[in-house]
Amino acid sequence: MRRILFLCGWLSLAATSVEGVAVPLPGPEGGSAEAPTLQARAPAASRSLDRAVFMFLRKRGIPHAGTCPDHVFLRRAYLDLGGRLPTLEECKRFLEDEKPGKRAALIDELLARREFADLWAMRWCDVLRVKSEFPINLWPNAVQAYYQWVWTSLRENKPYDRFVRELLTSDGSNFRVPPVNFYRALQSRDPRSIAKAVALTFMGARAEKWPKGRLDAMAMFFSRIAYKRTAEWKEEIVYFDATRPPPGEGKDEVEPIFPDGRKARIEPGRDPRAVFADWLIRKDNPWFAKALVNRVWAWLFGRGVVHEADDLRPDNPPSNPALLDALAKTFTDSGYDLHALLRAILNSRVYQQDSIPPSQEAADESLFACYPIHRLDAEILIDALCDLTGTRERYSSVIPEPFTWIPPSLGAIRIPDGSISSPTLEVFGRPPRDTGVMSERSSKVTADQRLQLLNASRTILKIERGTLLRPILRNLRRNPRRAITELYLRILSRYPDQEELRLLDGIDMKNWRARRDALVDLAWALINSAEFQFQH
Amino acid sequence: MKDDGTTMKPNTDETLSREDGPLPLSRRDLLRGGLYGSAGLFLSGLGAERLLGAPRARAIAPKAKSIIQIWMWGGPSHIDTFDPKPKAGHDYCGSLDNPIATNVDGVRIGELLPLTAKHADKLAILRSMTHGVNGHETASYITQTGWKAGGRVVHPGIGAVVAKFKGYEAGYEGLIPPYIVLTGPQGRFSESGFLGSRYKPFATGGDPGRPKFLVEGIAAPGITLKRQKVRRDLLDRVNTFAKRRRGDPKLAEFFRAQEQAYDLILGDAGKVFDLEQEKPELRERYGKNTFGQSCLVARRLVEKGVPYVTINYRGWDTHKQHFETMRRKLPEMDRGLSALIEDLHERGLLDSTIVWWGGEFGRTPKVLWNPPWNGGRSHFGYAFTSVVAGGGFEGGKVVGATDERGMSVVDRPIHPRDLLGTMYSLMGIDPESTLRHPQGDRIPILPPPDPEIPTKGFLREIV
Repeated sequence: MRRILFLCGWLSLAATSVEGVAVPLPGPEGGSAEAPTLQARAPAASRSLDRAVFMFLRKRGIPHAGTCPDHVFLRRAYLDLGGRLPTLEECKRFLEDEKPGKRAALIDELLARREFADLWAMRWCDVLRVKSEFPINLWPNAVQAYYQWVWTSLRENKPYDRFVRELLTSDGSNFRVPPVNFYRALQSRDPRSIAKAVALTFMGARAEKWPKGRLDAMAMFFSRIAYKRTAEWKEEIVYFDATRPPPGEGKDEVEPIFPDGRKARIEPGRDPRAVFADWLIRKDNPWFAKALVNRVWAWLFGRGVVHEADDLRPDNPPSNPALLDALAKTFTDSGYDLHALLRAILNSRVYQQDSIPPSQEAADESLFACYPIHRLDAEILIDALCDLTGTRERYSSVIPEPFTWIPPSLGAIRIPDGSISSPTLEVFGRPPRDTGVMSERSSKVTADQRLQLLNASRTILKIERGTLLRPILRNLRRNPRRAITELYLRILSRYPDQEELRLLDGIDMKNWRARRDALVDLAWALINSAEFQFQH
Repeated sequence: MKDDGTTMKPNTDETLSREDGPLPLSRRDLLRGGLYGSAGLFLSGLGAERLLGAPRARAIAPKAKSIIQIWMWGGPSHIDTFDPKPKAGHDYCGSLDNPIATNVDGVRIGELLPLTAKHADKLAILRSMTHGVNGHETASYITQTGWKAGGRVVHPGIGAVVAKFKGYEAGYEGLIPPYIVLTGPQGRFSESGFLGSRYKPFATGGDPGRPKFLVEGIAAPGITLKRQKVRRDLLDRVNTFAKRRRGDPKLAEFFRAQEQAYDLILGDAGKVFDLEQEKPELRERYGKNTFGQSCLVARRLVEKGVPYVTINYRGWDTHKQHFETMRRKLPEMDRGLSALIEDLHERGLLDSTIVWWGGEFGRTPKVLWNPPWNGGRSHFGYAFTSVVAGGGFEGGKVVGATDERGMSVVDRPIHPRDLLGTMYSLMGIDPESTLRHPQGDRIPILPPPDPEIPTKGFLREIV
């Protein structure tokens, strides 16, 4: 009963503010916009981000979007922090909750879940190129060890500087000391290639675009890494070779110089990688924090403050320098705490803006004057489809040996190995993990993708025979509107509006076949709608 | 002419008589022995074409519009197909030691290919393919990209390169994607490399060998045309989200893709996959099985202007039960391949269509009779055969030769790069073209000649 009452209340509200269209434009600082539900005052870090964006827009006279309604925030937060849609129960619980501060509470709750580590481990493994086979060739055992280490680091919210330091300075077996795999997940292992990968991964820099000589000088820090095999199949020890003279003192060697131009002094016997790591993770390092916050921003908004998100250089400036600075400051002030950074961003009004641009000029997605819509990532989309319908996708490794078996409970997001895939994942642009460049992931929409979802037997069977519709069908005849409501909540995470509640009017409900087909078609249409396929 | 199947005068100006060296010779021996008069020049790392002063792209006139690649997944035996060695004895030939004559004087091929033998005048048999790579992934890679595996860059294969140069960016307007694979992707090979998923082939799924070929996505089983239209209307009704965001470029891209998809589902474009439109006798001629009907679909696609079609023909990785498999599969292949050549020829399409038959490598000429193989053949990248026809390639030719046991190349080695470059040229793609890597560099579509495998470069002698 309470649910129905609430539904009525929500609908009357929806009449004026569905997706925030009718919300009046906020004034300067957006102070006049009221969110559809009460919200606690955002933390200081979030306000610093809002200030950076809204001041920037105000100076240029560009209006920004209002705050998004609860259901939009709900879906966004679940997708960004857990890579999945909220369940029917989770939708109802959140939408019916009237406590102030429920958005902030949801953010905290989602950060604490295992799914957070699942999704963000996937993102990091893209960057770190976690993949068994060609051209990376980590091999399966090492992939598992490396993935577990990345996952656990995220689960424990290991400070980012420690995470990077471990990746850069560990010694040992690729099976037993997983972070050493950083130096194995490369297409070639010469010091210059390693330095390029370090620059790309942790500095968001394309070393091939640097002035001549800078890369060679940086490569010296990685010139004392050695690899040796063991008796075990595909085991490899990665270690600092202390028997060689310090970098720069060998024959024909250049002096090791940090990318900011400072010279390094490396005592004999000291691991030059550690010297580099110490330089890298300093708070005043011009690349380290910015590269990370820009990556995170791009993962959330589908676009970095600097774009491409891993191409930081003077001639590719951020679209809003104050925003990048504020993000970096938030991150370093927190002690490189990834949760704190995400909390700051997700609680900000910038993140919680609606995705409908209030004016033509505000539509430019680099301004963040509204939330930029972007297509769901391949893994998220396919997992959502499987979760909704209670079905599974079949994944396999291209290499039959060692035998690969993926338990049915494992979704695409949780597949550790980039070599394990499915044709659907490929069609939707999953990155091959060959280079670690963020643009490897494609968010384009192709005719092939549309065919897959509109008309492929795989999708059609999921909808027709999966578990999504069975319970809804039972009550369809008696209460079609309730069925519609349930479909909308499950698929789009929102209640239908008045017009949508009438979508099954005119269907002959006495005819079993007709009502079943109508329901199948409606579910199919919602899954194929842009509203489902995009993050917004 | 002798009867051993290798006596066809090789069509090169640097003919090498087989008496010149005791057999077998390894590639390295050949190199050291200076059997190539100009080896030093090749070793300089520059393309031969350069040294001869001829701009390579212009030398080969573009004649082809499409390529049909029959990908012999797993690596087909060369000596049981197009490079028979009946004199090598039972240890090499097993039970297949009786090659047959073709309609070209002196050219003999495997005894299980009688139908193809009648069209040898349209084929160029490349018996001296070599890359020396024996792993499936790495060999698939070098055969289809020209590049040795293991560099920093993952290069796109020829299908993706053709899709890039002859697809939508080059004015291709067909609704059928420019790069099609029948029926599933190769798996062991990232077709599009650094070009990314946009240039991956469209995999049809389904099985053309079934009574009705349901192309995954284009035809949905059990959904009537009427219901398709009902659905489309409904989809439009629930799209309030998009209606509130008119002008959004990402949504525009989404709906453009959706329109294209519907043109395939409901429009005429998808009919290209409808084999019912072909005469039953013709379908029969191709063979009523997955491979035969795939060849027929490939012809229909080429007719519609699709520039690149791959037929992924599985089952050639015959470590065990090799001869049983050959006797079962080669007749099927023979039928489909010969029907395709004949049909293309009859329709006047062969002149503008390259048919490329081959796998990632050949198979060990010496049969492994011992357990656990019990009469199998293993991977062999040192010498193998590819066959090309049409699209500007001259028929009735044999290029290169292997020794009497098919163990090593003794004449006119052909690196995959040479074949790919020739096909690019015939397609009107400059083999020196470059592509933009996502990290910004310009990457050439083909590598420079490999100094380890000195060859005569592109296959000018047969175009």
